[in-house]
Amino acid sequence: MSHDHHHDHGDHAHGHRHPNQPDHDDALTYYRKLEMAVRELLIEKNIISADEVRKVVEDIESRSPEGGARVVARAWSDPQFRQALLEDATAACTSMGFEMALYDVKLTVVENTPDVHNMVVCTLCSCYPRMLLGLPPAWYKSRAYRSRAVREPRAVLREFGLELGDDVSVRVHDSTADLRYLVLPMRPEGTERMTEAELIAIVNRDSMIGTAIVSPPIE
Amino acid sequence: MRAYHDLGGTPAGPIDRNEHELQLWEKRIEALLVLLTRKKILRIDENRRGLESLGNETYFGVSYAERRMLSMSNNLILKGVITVEELAAKIAQIESRVDPLP
Repeated sequence: MSHDHHHDHGDHAHGHRHPNQPDHDDALTYYRKLEMAVRELLIEKNIISADEVRKVVEDIESRSPEGGARVVARAWSDPQFRQALLEDATAACTSMGFEMALYDVKLTVVENTPDVHNMVVCTLCSCYPRMLLGLPPAWYKSRAYRSRAVREPRAVLREFGLELGDDVSVRVHDSTADLRYLVLPMRPEGTERMTEAELIAIVNRDSMIGTAIVSPPIE
Repeated sequence: MRAYHDLGGTPAGPIDRNEHELQLWEKRIEALLVLLTRKKILRIDENRRGLESLGNETYFGVSYAERRMLSMSNNLILKGVITVEELAAKIAQIESRVDPLP
């Protein structure tokens, strides 16, 4: 597969638009039949209801990186919240109304500084702060990212278009089923007068995974 | 010995950064996992163990959603929530009620 395209992290807020990977939605594959069969059996056995499935699908669809962006913008705007977030991210996000208990996992927020850049991976699977960012992007779950992020993070970041100076330490955090990480990116210069709502719009998904930074808004 | 899913630090090529918009059936798999976890029928660690028991070939031979589906159905059978016979009958029923593909 070719991945010879350029990325500009400056001008779009949430996620990235890329050509989608090929899919098989039209074909009733074995695995699609398996999903239908298991779902219908569980409904017939009154373990779940069709309505519950629909509601959780809606809930999944409603979660996007904007959740994380709201947390970041609040931390940039409110020093007390920032402190609380770094001390106990699960509690701080719950106080903002995020349903953290649904996933029964602990969240830790790691803060980027001029000296330290943090990035997040799950080498064993695909653990991700879904409650704040939605479902992980395909590359986060890929063999290549999981393998290389812990061995050559600077090379990986370079592939993402992020070149860090030698004076910046890179810390890679390996997530587990029970402990998820979110990166608190650095607030870019020139945003001092921006409101929290305006800040939300400039925080991109990858900056909260640590494979990008937040660029100053283009005037 | 390192297990096949334990990928940290192993050699690998460039990262394919194409986005993949999840289809409805893939979101339903995630929804089923959320519901089964919430109802304490499956635990998150059982799901993880299920993925780690698929074997190297299956793990890397199917898509992310497919391996999560396979792990879930294996676990449900293992725990006696559904049986192999029920599953086979249900799949046959699904096949009989959809129009054959052109």
